Amino acid sequence: MTTFSLTHRFRPSRREARPAARRLRPWYQNRSLVAGLVIVCIMVLLAVLAPVLAPYNPIKQNLNEALQGPSGAHWLGTDKLGRDVLSRLLYGARVDLRIGFLAVIIPFVVGTILGAIAGYFGGWLDIIIMRIVDVFYAFPLFLLVIALVFVLGPGESSIYLAIALVSWVSYCKIVRGEVIVARQQEYVQAARLGGLNNARVLGRHIGPNVISQAITYAMSDIVMDIMVIVTLGYLGLGITPPTAEWGSMIADAQEFITTLWWMAVVPGVAVVITGLGLSLIGDGLTDLLSPERRK
Amino acid sequence: MLSRLKFVPMRLLQAVPVAFGVTLVVFFMVHLIPGNPAESILGAQATPAKVAALTDQMGLNQPVVQQYWHFLSNLAHGNLGESYTYQVPVLTLVWQRAPVTLLLVAYSVVLMLIISIPLSMLAASRPGHVRDHAVRVIPLVGLGMPQFWVGVMLLLVFAVGTGWFPVGGYGDTMMDHLWYLFLPALTLAISISPVIIRSLRASMLNVLESDYVATARSKGAGGRSLFAGHVLRNAIIPAVSIVGVNLGYLVGGTLVIEKVFAIPGLGSMLIESIFARDFPSVQAVALFVAVFVVLVGVLTDVVYTLLDPRVDLTQRMNA
Repeated sequence: MTTFSLTHRFRPSRREARPAARRLRPWYQNRSLVAGLVIVCIMVLLAVLAPVLAPYNPIKQNLNEALQGPSGAHWLGTDKLGRDVLSRLLYGARVDLRIGFLAVIIPFVVGTILGAIAGYFGGWLDIIIMRIVDVFYAFPLFLLVIALVFVLGPGESSIYLAIALVSWVSYCKIVRGEVIVARQQEYVQAARLGGLNNARVLGRHIGPNVISQAITYAMSDIVMDIMVIVTLGYLGLGITPPTAEWGSMIADAQEFITTLWWMAVVPGVAVVITGLGLSLIGDGLTDLLSPERRK
Repeated sequence: MLSRLKFVPMRLLQAVPVAFGVTLVVFFMVHLIPGNPAESILGAQATPAKVAALTDQMGLNQPVVQQYWHFLSNLAHGNLGESYTYQVPVLTLVWQRAPVTLLLVAYSVVLMLIISIPLSMLAASRPGHVRDHAVRVIPLVGLGMPQFWVGVMLLLVFAVGTGWFPVGGYGDTMMDHLWYLFLPALTLAISISPVIIRSLRASMLNVLESDYVATARSKGAGGRSLFAGHVLRNAIIPAVSIVGVNLGYLVGGTLVIEKVFAIPGLGSMLIESIFARDFPSVQAVALFVAVFVVLVGVLTDVVYTLLDPRVDLTQRMNA
């Protein structure tokens, strides 16, 4: 006779839990997801291959060739210091995408853990965590990030820290809500009645079922992080010059907007395309991971 | 369910710890400065005597709890310190700049509604239709546009290109203000509209499925009169709360947009103070804006419940 194991994972069987649509359509038939992945992969490839693709050194000045229009030698012209705009655009992708993708990690982890704790245990832990969340919500994102980058000093590490301090709250709110719902579900009750400890119930049973919302949100959060980085760059508070960065490129170009207008347009278009790709991935993931939320 | 009479004071009471937390965050900003804040504020050329004087003035020698208490009691007396740059109380500066920013915020809310309501009606009136899809693409592109860049683009087309609007500034009379602030307000409206359109569309679809719309339809109402008389009026209520939730984002955007259009509001004050390392001014702007956002949050919640008697207050307290 087999003994019934209490540590058996109480999870709904995959087939039962998923509506028909989810089984029938594999991820590669999800148009938003594929389109988004293609766009983001192209942007990442351009960034990674920048040293190979860029025709010039992005920070090398050549004052004799400053402020030129597009030509065979400089496809997108040159800026006020004679630097090749196309090369700066490609190198800028390295900075903006790297920070955008990396900055999302800490808030994701911290927010998810705190949200799970608040939602699962409730009580005073929940109250304390959520009041802290409220406080951070009171500050507009840009205000807090700008102020934090100012006090922490210039440089990439303070951007990571500022973004982490500000954006964990969204994950916390999302995951808390999901956990509160999941806690009432039968599979969780079963796992708890089975005598599993809290950490195990949270990690092995609730976690996998609530994480999809946080992952979907992370896509729009990366877009937001890129917004933050270019905005800081535009305000002159971000990555220090002469490093190429899309936001500071737009700021530099604003001075010459009457004549060399494309210098301000192109870096913004790069941001928009990247954002579009990530939003499409987010939409696709919503369809794939939580079809019940489609509307 | 909570009674309506009790809800308002309770919601206000809930804002108290948040406001308290806001002061804590603003206070601790100084302590996030690596090393000695006084030294960092004065810069590398400062003499040790000057650093010691500022350390003393900022009360950095005292225990943290005492410093915070000092900060709070000063705050209660409306004293946020003196601007290092202008040698006047920072609160005076904030009061000078705040109306400009508030006008910009209000202006952009108006333009936002003018943009979002027709578009969301267009989308919700025929779900799944080409025009619905067209409207739903807007957020995908719109959310990826940096606000300041939208501003620069509008500047390029409507100020530099056509010369219809000024490239920056604020003007002198109220009519001037509205003319000068049009492009900045439009920038903010465009960048926040995607979120609003998405929520409005969803709430209109909800209303369209309701029994009272079915009743109206069965009585022969359709098309425009149905939308104007039944759907819009009910769908606009959740919009109040959506605007409230996104107000922080809007105010944050204003701070950045002011730099694009050289508008003398709180945002320009923030950026100027940062470059001047004028710490009390930075703190004052942060505090003012955060308290403003908290208050508007309370206000929208209250208005929301007054507008719609069906709102479940217990749920709103816990939200």
